[in-house]
Amino acid sequence: MIDIFGIPIQALLGQLLLGLVNGSFYAMLSLGLAVIFGLLNVINFAHGSLYMLGAFVAWMGLSYLGLNYWVMLILAPLVVGLFGIVIEKLLLKHLYKLDHLYGLLLTFGLTLLIEGLFRSFYGVSGQPYPTPDLLRGATNLGFMILPNYRGWVVVASITVCLATWFIIERTRLGALLRAGTENPKLVEAFGVNVPRMVTLTYGFGVALAGFAGVLAAPVLQISPLMGSNLIIVVFAVVVIGGMGSILGAIVTGLGLGVIEGLTKVFWPEASSTVVFIIMAIVLLLRPAGLFGKEK
Amino acid sequence: MNRQLLSYAAAAIVVAILPFVGVYPIFAMKVMCYALFACAFNLLLGYTGLLSFGHAAFLGSAAYACGHALKVWGFPTELGLLFGMAVAAALGLVMGLLAIRRSGIYFAMITLALAQMVFFFFLQATFTGGEDGLQRVPRGTLLGFIDLRNDLNLYYLVMAIFAIGYFIIWRAVHSPFGQVLKALRENEPRTLSLGYDVDRFKLLAFVLSAAIAGLAGATKTLVFVSATLSDATWQMSGLVILMTLIGGLGTLVGPILGAFIVVLLENKVGDFGRFMAELTGNNWFLRLGESVTIVIGLIFIVCVLAFRRGIVGEWQALMQRRRARA
Repeated sequence: MIDIFGIPIQALLGQLLLGLVNGSFYAMLSLGLAVIFGLLNVINFAHGSLYMLGAFVAWMGLSYLGLNYWVMLILAPLVVGLFGIVIEKLLLKHLYKLDHLYGLLLTFGLTLLIEGLFRSFYGVSGQPYPTPDLLRGATNLGFMILPNYRGWVVVASITVCLATWFIIERTRLGALLRAGTENPKLVEAFGVNVPRMVTLTYGFGVALAGFAGVLAAPVLQISPLMGSNLIIVVFAVVVIGGMGSILGAIVTGLGLGVIEGLTKVFWPEASSTVVFIIMAIVLLLRPAGLFGKEK
Repeated sequence: MNRQLLSYAAAAIVVAILPFVGVYPIFAMKVMCYALFACAFNLLLGYTGLLSFGHAAFLGSAAYACGHALKVWGFPTELGLLFGMAVAAALGLVMGLLAIRRSGIYFAMITLALAQMVFFFFLQATFTGGEDGLQRVPRGTLLGFIDLRNDLNLYYLVMAIFAIGYFIIWRAVHSPFGQVLKALRENEPRTLSLGYDVDRFKLLAFVLSAAIAGLAGATKTLVFVSATLSDATWQMSGLVILMTLIGGLGTLVGPILGAFIVVLLENKVGDFGRFMAELTGNNWFLRLGESVTIVIGLIFIVCVLAFRRGIVGEWQALMQRRRARA
């Protein structure tokens, strides 16, 4: 057995993978936050609870309707996205002319509402969700044992993140979106239906959160509180990365997940705070964030 | 000016006789602690335009510091309160220095994240008693001879503390310093171009707000003879935003009213649920008491969408319209 700094390499790689799994969730959530913020100027506090909603919808599909993981992996993000569209149409729409802080406060209230509802129906204890048959078991890679499902989470989320990056940076639709971020009035003058674009963008952003929720369902316990614990860390990730760059959000999310995983090995007590400490250091050295541009 | 003084004196007399007309002193003291907390928060959001999403860190750290000083170190009560306040102010200095490096929405996220870090620290540290919190903190005596185990004695101390804290905020708002803060809220670049050291003013406001929030937290420890983790959670940070928002942002009296409404709500939502369950025969309402968050979330949404000026703000607007018509 090879040791690194007195830690067996198996344990180290195991935590590294776990960190990468968490990092994928950070990446997907901060990506959604960045896309939404770009166009709507709203920091979506409800992102965490919509991630929780995604996991719960997957669980409900399985327990009440017997729909399996793969169906729900498509269906749950759609449900969450539709829910997001309703939120945008009904509530957020009325706030665009006001200070950005009101968007944060509204979505904060929404978080309390959604979480409170789920808590009153399902309690705070977690619901288990079985790993899909196809991804049970583990693969021996020679240097480590890779649980198949965790590998899948990392691959799937990186794929989704890169696809999002491709759509935004390399397609005509993405070009419109970026133009809308820069100057919505001008884009509207060119005949683009900007309000509809805004609605769909919010729907897409929260659908990403819903997708992350379904991916998380078999790894984590599905509990009403899973979202709010995550969203605050994701906020720190967003502050560290800056919201200016899509790739930046992905890289920062994954990187911080890995750092968190390593901290769990070398200094377990600090693992829950390490992201916040890094945030403080980044604020001191580079206040605009690693990939951010100072306005 | 005289009318204002008179109404404050009248309010003080009313509050002073509350325990004699059947108001439970602990409830009234809880309201005063939260009211002071909300007033401190309002100094930052309402008068300086900075949304701190981490004010629970100051409430919580002062509560623990005061509790620890009284229980373990055997500090006299007055020193314990001051110590709690000093710890909150020091924490405010550190958090403020980091947070004012960004503005607007980032400021909110940074304060939230830093407060969560403080929360994890309290969760893991041994002196806080983990999930149980600090229990049975001795209240001690005031100046060595007034026994604070008597709820009524404590009541007047809490009232005095609230009055002092409120006066400090009132003074700050009505000073040249307060004028600069308001200028900052309205237009930061212009304030900067007028030659004010914007960052220093922001930091001062932040530390002052943290210190008074700490005073509220330390006092709360005396009232409940305990300090618990719930004081330091992000939900608490959200609650103080709601208190300020319901009562009226940037009004002096608003946060007091808001604190009263929120505390009342927390205490009475269970009763309301029982009433609704009897009325509709739907047992789901019984669970309302456990999930106050649903109600709070709803009020939050309604306030942000339709009631942004808050109760006092709406009242002032109404009065102004009347005066304009007359």
